[in-house]
Formats: sequence, structure tokens, C-alpha cells
Amino acid sequence: MSEILAREPAGIRVEGVDLSYGATRVLKDVNLEIRPGEFFAFLGPSGCGKTTLLRLIAGFNAAQRGRVLVGGADISHLPPWKRDVGMVFQSYALWPHMTVRRNVAFGLEERRVARAEIAGRVDAALALVGLEGMGERRPSQLSGGQQQRVALARTVAVRPKVLLLDEPLSNLDARLRVQVRRELRDMQQRLRLTTIFVTHDQEEANTVCDRIAVMSEGVVQQVGTPMELYDHPANLFVAGFLGTANIMPGRVLRDGAASAFEIDGGTRIPLPPGLDVPPGARLMFRPQDVLLLPAGAGAPGRRLLEGEVTHREFLGASIRYGVRVAGAEVLVDAPHTGGEGHLAVGGRAALALDAARVKLLAG
Amino acid sequence: MSLATTEATAATPPAARPRRWTARPGEAVAFGLVAIFLLAFLVVPVLTVVTVAFQDRATGGFTLAHVGDFLSNDLFMRSFWNSLYVSLMSVAVASLIALPLAYFTTRFEFRGAVLVQTLGVLPLIMPPFAGAVAMGLLFGRSGSVNLLLGDWLDINIPFMEGLNGVIFVQSIHYFPFILLNLSASLRNIDRAMEEAAQNLGSHGFRLFRRIVLPLAMPGYVAGASLVFIKVFDDLATPLLLNVREMLAPQAYLRITSVGLEDPIGYVISVVLILFSVLSLWVSSLALRGRDYATVQRGGGGLARRRLPRGQAVAAYALILLILALVLAPHLGLFLLSVATVWSFAPLPDGYTLAHYARVFAESSQYITNTLVYAGLAGLIDVILGTAIAYLVLRTRMAGTRWLDYVAMSALAVPGLVLGIGYLRTYFGVTLPNGTSLAAFWGIIVLALAVRRLPYALRACTAALQQISSSLEEAAENLGARRLRVVRRIVLPLMAGGIAAGFVTSFATAAVELSATLMLVQSNADAPLAYGLYVFMQSPAGRGAGAALGIIAVVIVGLSTLASHLVAGRGGKESA
Repeated sequence: MSEILAREPAGIRVEGVDLSYGATRVLKDVNLEIRPGEFFAFLGPSGCGKTTLLRLIAGFNAAQRGRVLVGGADISHLPPWKRDVGMVFQSYALWPHMTVRRNVAFGLEERRVARAEIAGRVDAALALVGLEGMGERRPSQLSGGQQQRVALARTVAVRPKVLLLDEPLSNLDARLRVQVRRELRDMQQRLRLTTIFVTHDQEEANTVCDRIAVMSEGVVQQVGTPMELYDHPANLFVAGFLGTANIMPGRVLRDGAASAFEIDGGTRIPLPPGLDVPPGARLMFRPQDVLLLPAGAGAPGRRLLEGEVTHREFLGASIRYGVRVAGAEVLVDAPHTGGEGHLAVGGRAALALDAARVKLLAG
Repeated sequence: MSLATTEATAATPPAARPRRWTARPGEAVAFGLVAIFLLAFLVVPVLTVVTVAFQDRATGGFTLAHVGDFLSNDLFMRSFWNSLYVSLMSVAVASLIALPLAYFTTRFEFRGAVLVQTLGVLPLIMPPFAGAVAMGLLFGRSGSVNLLLGDWLDINIPFMEGLNGVIFVQSIHYFPFILLNLSASLRNIDRAMEEAAQNLGSHGFRLFRRIVLPLAMPGYVAGASLVFIKVFDDLATPLLLNVREMLAPQAYLRITSVGLEDPIGYVISVVLILFSVLSLWVSSLALRGRDYATVQRGGGGLARRRLPRGQAVAAYALILLILALVLAPHLGLFLLSVATVWSFAPLPDGYTLAHYARVFAESSQYITNTLVYAGLAGLIDVILGTAIAYLVLRTRMAGTRWLDYVAMSALAVPGLVLGIGYLRTYFGVTLPNGTSLAAFWGIIVLALAVRRLPYALRACTAALQQISSSLEEAAENLGARRLRVVRRIVLPLMAGGIAAGFVTSFATAAVELSATLMLVQSNADAPLAYGLYVFMQSPAGRGAGAALGIIAVVIVGLSTLASHLVAGRGGKESA
């Protein structure tokens, strides 16, 4: 049934895009390559330019410099209605004066598709989102989740070259969000539709997307798969935005070929030879990459930091401790397996760092 | 495939605010007083009018004979068709004026949009009939415009001949209703609505026809039906323009010349009520189930575009022309109020302040009366409005909804009909001093209060709705009794809304004429609008009449300004 909605997937290229509103530069030299059939996310905090970039692709913003290609063709100078780029709006933007069916048929009517084919494609689109039989309702008679499905059906019915989703889960409640994101992924795979998903929620991006572009202050910070970004963040912003990161201030010491990072307070971590150290770098490690030991215990091959336990949160599979070390708060996840071995708040503890699992990153 | 439809979170309505099961004595007394007022001064007079229209004068039984007389009389049928024609044409002309103003100012980056919107509402703060005479001097057969046109082009346009004059004056006066409603609905359209259509391949006029226009339609229909009612019911404007073959003037003339017993005036009243109800019904039909206020969180109104240079010049020219037309009655009235002699000339021969001096010396009672009547009417309205709003929203007494419906139904009762109803119902009731209740000036105040009650009631209801009942519960929890909660928490928080309701009632009551024309018994008791009407009857009184009109404009203008200030402050407090 959904075959009549599928088409050959198209890639998207964003080349050297600069965009300003007045004196404010919103996008700074953005370059991206999104592969045909890929599920791609723009991830970043609000105000990072991700929605602006999405609207630029849809034709609702104009860049001062650079261009956008879809399927190899430059669409920079086409008005929105000639781009064939499907967008689902954050507010859904369903027209209240039309039934669900009329909403979904709208784009096909504008494209002067034959009447019989419109009926078939509207049915297919409604079936795809599980809204068969709801065609005669008005948008106001639907729940938020159903409205979102109509918005999705309305967009895929026209068989767009690519699909743009602007914060599609933000107006849904938490339980529904998990379900809908799986369904979105499922539908995207079925239609093999190149899709861009704008979100500020790293969990959403991690769970549904093939690759993510992390954005901050109008700049693409890093592009990669969710795992690459988590394991090999390019800078402190990416490290802090995806997952939890401990960031320790300090300085790099060099002694001939050997080098080490001295954390403020004195502890030195030896660095592997040949490591490229960016200027102004800080030490970064994840909470699960530290071993938490009672004060005074030894750990062969590891560097120890001592401090005071300031708080403790029980997370189920693990316990997250906050330990004050050398003026910085360090978060440590200790696996929780049985009822024993907790450290008390206010007590002393030692952190054992594995030099192989720390990174030096610049801001 | 299906995106599984396991979702069962159809929005459940928010739990109804728990209300009291039993009526307290105070609430029951308030209910009773409000109900008696509405019965005595709205329901009974209107029912009396309807009854008389269908009652055999000899036997008192039901009869359709009066309706038959009405239908078989050429004059009345002609009047009916004239009224219908004038109302529909006024809606059409008012739409022609309002559409460009609303569209250009909400849709494009337009310098002076605020000015246009403000000036566009100005006509409403003038009694419609006040401008009628001035319009005759400007646009009549030998008015300024036609004199100039005759000099330059040797043509004469019959703007003000017969029904044309009524249509012209009414549409210039009432178009703001369409402008306000249409602008509001255009502004409420989320730009995502338009962008979604563009994204799916729509643009230009098709986009306007399929998305923007239908979304703005409810606002337009609401405004247009209001214009229709106002014009259909209006008595003073046709009378002043000496157009008698319309329904309202016919009813007035029958009652005042033939007498209170003549049934035709009552039949006409029933027709007026029918058409009022009909157009309110059309308007509610257009709005029903279509909450088209589509602006979402974080969304803005329609995207404003920049007009290309050529089109911008044309748009400005069109809007300036419209504004000139719209402001003509004010300008004309002002010129007339300071003119020595003004006839057969584009401008007055000379200028003087004598008319103002004459008004203040001879007829200052008109001004005092207006302030007293409108002030008392506004006071009655906010007291009733607050009481009804409180009973409906905060108590669970049976029948409170009906108080609301009955009070709001005053919207569908033309002032003329209310006036006739009061005369008929209370003419036989005598006061202790021997005069008839219908001849007592207080009856004018009551008529004004009933006519403007819907405005005040809506303002009070809105104000009370914005107060979370948890604020009252907190006070009760801390030991305050119900009456003290009302006095110390509810009323202070409602103050802004109550003040706005008072000003709206006051300002509109100050220029009401339809009901007063029926009820005023002597010049000493007459309000300003009536005095204006009397002055305008004779050419010698026109200057003084115009001066009185300008004074009315100033009074209404100042109170409108006051209501804006009050509303603005109230908004800040509740934010």
C-alpha cells in the first residue's frame, strides 16, 4: 500500500551557507552532505540555528551566501512552492477549515494530480500513519498525536524529494514521544525517504537518526553517527551536549617526548605519545570511565584523585556520586549490583582514572 | 504497515471547576433581583410588543390580521424592501471600505498601519446621524464635492439622493465593525498555516483563496452581520436624511402620529426583531465549531511582505482616499459647527464660535442629562454584569445560565422596539406624583442600561474568568467568609474589567438615539443625542447641532481613550 508513496531517494548538500538577520549572524559557513535515504538530525540548544537551517532548505529563509542542492540540483533560487521539499511544522499547521482528507489532498490538488490518483494516494498516506477512517474528521476533533500523523500524511502524500521534521515530538507527552519516534523511524525506512529531524533532545536524535550534525551558535560543531559523537567528541561543546561529561581544568606539561596533563591541584595524567593537544585543552572523561574507591585504596596502573562525596543519586542500574576534587565537582557512575558497598555523603573517596579513557578537548 | 494506533490519549476535558451545590441566601437574593430587573425591563416589554402585534384589539384573541394589513400595504412592503436593500448595500459598501484597509495593514509591511487602524475606528465614536447633515453639505447635490466636480468635469454624482444617502452614511459609519473583526482574524492566522500551503506547492491567489480567505471568513461574517443589524434597525439616520420609506421610520411615525394603539408599529417591531435574530444566527453559524484562532505557541501572524514600489504607491493612494472619505463626516461636522453660513459653497463663508456659545448658554441641560443618564446606565450595567458573571461562574444555582442568555438577548432587541415596549407596558403605571412611569426620565436610563448590558456583561465575565478560583479558595482556607472573599479578593481583581465594561456602556449609551427618541417626553429631560436631532431639524439650528455633535464626539472619544488606558493597565496586572 505504501509503495505508491515511495520514490528514488535524493541527497542534500548545503554549501558554504551564511545567513544573518540584520547584524546577527545566525548561520556561519555551514557545509553539510546528507546521503540519499539517510535519517539525519540537526541537534543543538535553542537559538543554535538548526530551525533556521531547516527553513532555509524549505525556502522560507534566504541565505546571504552559499547554496542548497537537493538530488544534485541547486534549489537556492526556487520559491518554497517549487522546491518539492516536504516539511512537517512544529505546530502541525493543519488547516482548521478543511477535513483531514482535504488537508491531505491539498498538495496533490495544487500539483494538478488526477482525481482518481489523489484518492488512492490520500488513502495510502492515511493508512501509512494509521488513520484509516478518520478522513472526514476536522483537525480540532483529533488528539495531538493524531494531528501530528495527519501533518505527516499530508506531507508524504505529495512524495517529496526529502522530508523535513521541525521538532516533531515537542508537542507530545513523554509516553507518546517514545512510541512516535519509533514509528517515524519505521516509516522512514519503509519509504526510504531522506529525512532531516530538528531537535534539541539528544536522546531523540540518538535513538532514531543515522547521523547527527551538532550545532551551536550557527556553526556545525561535528557530524557523525550517535556513537562516534559520544565516543569521539570533537570539542568540549559536543562532549557536554551528548551525554554527561566531567571537564577538569589544568595544563599540559612536556618533558622531551613524554607529556602529561596536570589537573589543577597537582595530579598528573600521562598522555600517550604523539597525541595532538589543542591549545587551551581540558581533560574530559565520562562518569562511567572512573572507578570509585574508598579513600586510601590502591589501584595499580591508574591515577588517583581524592575528594569528598557531596551527593548521591540512585539511578537503578547505577549510583551517581558527586565528588569534590581540587575545586571541581566530578560525577562518577558506580554500577549497582547488590545492596552493599555504598559510600556515604560527607565521606572521603578516591577516583581512579584510566589514562587510556580520558581525552583532551578544547572549547 | 501502520504507525500503530494504540494511542488512547484523546484529550480529556479539564475537570470542571467544582461548584457549590447549595445556594447561599445572599446569592439567592442577587439572583432574584437580577431576574426581576430583566423580566420587568427586557422580557415583559418585548413580549408585550410581540403580543400586541398578534392580538385582536376588540376580543384580545390571537389574530394574523395586523400582519395581513402589513403585508398587503404597498407603503409598508416598499419600506421593507428598502430597509433590506439599504442594509445589504451598506454591508457591501462597508466591505469595500474595510477589506483593503484590513488586508494591506495586516498583510504587508505598511508604514502607518497603526494610524490606519486607529483612524479606521474613529467613525464609531460619533453618533451616526450626527454626520448625516454634514455629509449632505459635503456630498449632496449642491455640496462641496459636487460643486467642485461640476466646475471641473461638469458632472454631479447623487451620493446623497434618497436611499443612496442612507447607504453612504451608514456604511461610512459602520464599516469599522468589519475592519476590526476582519483584521483580528487575519492577525490570528498563524504563518505556519500559509507556509504549510507553500511547502505543498500553493502560492499567489490560489493560496489566498484556499487558505487565507476561508480562515478569515468567520471574522468577516461576524462583522458583516453586525453592520446588517445596525443598519436595519437604525431609526435616526433615515429620519435625519428625510427618508421615511423604511421600516424603523415607519414604525416611529405610526406610533407618534397615529398613536400607541396602532398595531402596525408593533408588527414592524416584530419584523425588526426577526431580522436581528436571523443575522445573529447567521453570525453564530459562521463561528460555530470553528475556533480559527490558529496562532500557536511561538507563532506569529501572517508573514508581512514588502510591497513592490508601484503597488505600494497604488495601495497608499487607495488607503488615503478611503481615509479621506471616512473622516469626511467629522471634518464636515466640525466645519459646520464653526461656520457662519455654509450653503452652495465648497467651504463656509466665515467662521465663528457662536454655535458653541449658544449650546452652552441655552442647551447645557442636554450635556448634563447625557452625562447623568449614561453614567447611571453604565453603573447599573456593571452591577448587573458583575452579579450575573459571579452567579454563572461561581455558583451552581439552577438557571444562572438563563440570566446570561436573557441579558445577552438584548443584543437582538432594536432600541426602537424597546422604546415602544416601555411606552406600551408602563404608560398606565403612575408614579406617586401623578405622572406616568413612561414619561419619567428614569425610564430612559433603564432603556439605555438594558441596551448596553451585553457589553458590560461580557467585560465582567471575561474579567472573572481570568481569576483562578484557587485565589478565592486560598482566602477561604485562611478563614475569610464568602462575602469577605468577594469584597477583598474577587472585586479588586475584577476592577480593570469592570471599569472597561463601565466605559463601554457609558460611551455607547451617550450617543444612543433609537430608544430615547421614543421615550423623551420633554426637552428638559432630553439627552444630547436627542437635542442634536432636534437642532438638526431646522436649518437655523444646524450650527448649534453640529457643535453639540462635536461635544458628543469629544465625550465618547475621551471615554474610549480612558477605556484603553484602563484595559492596558488591567492587562498588565493580570499578566
